[in-house]
Amino acid sequence: MSGKKATRAAYGETLVELLAEGVDVYAVDADLSASTTTAKLKAVDEKRLVNVGIAEQNMIGVAAGLSLTDKVVFTGSFAVFGTGRVYDQIRNTVCHGNLNVKIAPTHAGISVGADGGSHQMVEDIALMRVLPNMRVLVPADYRSAKAAIRLAAETHGPVYIRMGRADVEQIDSGTDMLDFGKARVLREGGDVTIVACGVEVGQALSAAASLAERGIEAEVIDAFSIKPLDSETILTSARKTGHVVTAEEHSVIGGLGEAVAGLLSEFPGVLRKPLKRIGVWDRFGASGDFDELFREYGLDAQSIFDVVVQ
Amino acid sequence: MSFDQQAIEQRAARMRADILKMVTLAGSGHPGGSLSSTDIMATLYFGDVLRYRPEEPKWDGRDRFILSKGHVAPVLYAALANAGCFDVTELAALRKFNSRLQGHPDHLKLPAVEVSTGSLGQGLSIAAGIAYGLRACEQTEQKVYVLLGDGELQEGQNWEAAMFAAHQRLDNLIAIVDNNGLQIDGRLEDVVSLGSIADKFSSFGFTVFEVDGHDVAELKDAFNRAVEVQGTPVVIIAKTIKGKGVSFMENQAGWHGKAPSDELCDTALKELGTSMSEEVRR
Ligand SMILES: [Mg+2]
Repeated sequence: MSGKKATRAAYGETLVELLAEGVDVYAVDADLSASTTTAKLKAVDEKRLVNVGIAEQNMIGVAAGLSLTDKVVFTGSFAVFGTGRVYDQIRNTVCHGNLNVKIAPTHAGISVGADGGSHQMVEDIALMRVLPNMRVLVPADYRSAKAAIRLAAETHGPVYIRMGRADVEQIDSGTDMLDFGKARVLREGGDVTIVACGVEVGQALSAAASLAERGIEAEVIDAFSIKPLDSETILTSARKTGHVVTAEEHSVIGGLGEAVAGLLSEFPGVLRKPLKRIGVWDRFGASGDFDELFREYGLDAQSIFDVVVQ
Repeated sequence: MSFDQQAIEQRAARMRADILKMVTLAGSGHPGGSLSSTDIMATLYFGDVLRYRPEEPKWDGRDRFILSKGHVAPVLYAALANAGCFDVTELAALRKFNSRLQGHPDHLKLPAVEVSTGSLGQGLSIAAGIAYGLRACEQTEQKVYVLLGDGELQEGQNWEAAMFAAHQRLDNLIAIVDNNGLQIDGRLEDVVSLGSIADKFSSFGFTVFEVDGHDVAELKDAFNRAVEVQGTPVVIIAKTIKGKGVSFMENQAGWHGKAPSDELCDTALKELGTSMSEEVRR
């Protein structure tokens, strides 16, 4: 494993690479371009970072307009403001019109840490997933975030990319072949399937290592593409293990867990044990550091371990 | 094409009849604001203001028009049909199942629509984004026109967009406010007053023109001056009458979103010097 890096660190960097490769890429941000890292685009070509100030609704509208002049447009801000505050703009202008706008805020989830509940978005996957025309990608690490940004840029239409602030380990997958509708099996095992996304992928891998010491072989799936979901990979694994646990740094309502539950409910008899969902149980976040919060909210590797063995 | 006031007024009369017919046949829709915007739209589309090619809706050299107050789709469809973007007979399909003429404009269904609208307060932002994008491509000759309602200006996003457009000196952006003084629940003055719309836009850094929104010569003159403005976005505040041209609809908030009965439609068409049978024959 290489050094830790946040998924957001991939954002501005990848936009700069895309520009160098000839993609007519623009970012529209709302006074958070240093935090989201879209400011890196400005350093290369000033006009390509459109800073609208603290005005997220206008951020989405301006992005929509730019896309109508055939540009590939990414929006910024924090996940809480970049989705929730502008839900109607994303729904009615971006998605209803199927515009080429990528909603790619950073600072999603409780891993934001000290800023507390007002800034810890745990409902964004639910909000974005329900929208027609919207695809939803949740990268687990820096390299996956780069892949997500590239995929979004080369695919016409709305895409949601969920990025975080916290530094996370780079997952050694052997391959970074990521695509819409594709999950990756990071670890094979026959006893239980852990389907995770984002930061929880790393936690699931740690849990799997501890489980192995207890003689439980967990299959860990990175559900990078929440929508479209890789039904085939998840079903194949579920048929093998008969026991599925989901893990996400998001509300258990409307996120990955419910997407997997919805899928498995259409295939009765696959599971031999009830599905367990790990996530935030209908609560807001709070201030704290990563470890404290992940323990409190039951998102750490130990919590995943406990849910599997119980 | 030189300015022909009478020709525009004839187009406007034609569009008003189309709006009434469309909304009556649909059994629902928004006649009040469509009729208050008709002379603005007629001047834009038939007064040699907006550059467009009816047979080529995505022509690269076109000016852009955004209907921010998307509920007045009937006036947009009437303008587009009379401009030759599609056959006028299609107007009878307004709001019907499988129709391209959705209750609010949908660019995925009807390519002559620049961008889908319907949720209020977003058109000025979209227009500013297009204006920024055109300027970035050095397509500065092209203008972006956006029609706003006055009630719609209660949406705060407009003022975010206004700040941005002025800050970016988007002088290729021309907003028009259909200032009919009414919204669904009554007079703006009674619901939530906007104060001076002109002073507000002016303080945000716009160049402001105020005109009689039913005087096509005044409108044309304002558009002529608007395209010459440099360094600031422009707003044309057009004082209008909701339901203009139909005596029983004028200045009545109740006709914001209601279709007339067949009888009332006949009465209205008679006032406009035409009749339903004549309309259907077209
Ligand atoms: Mg009004």
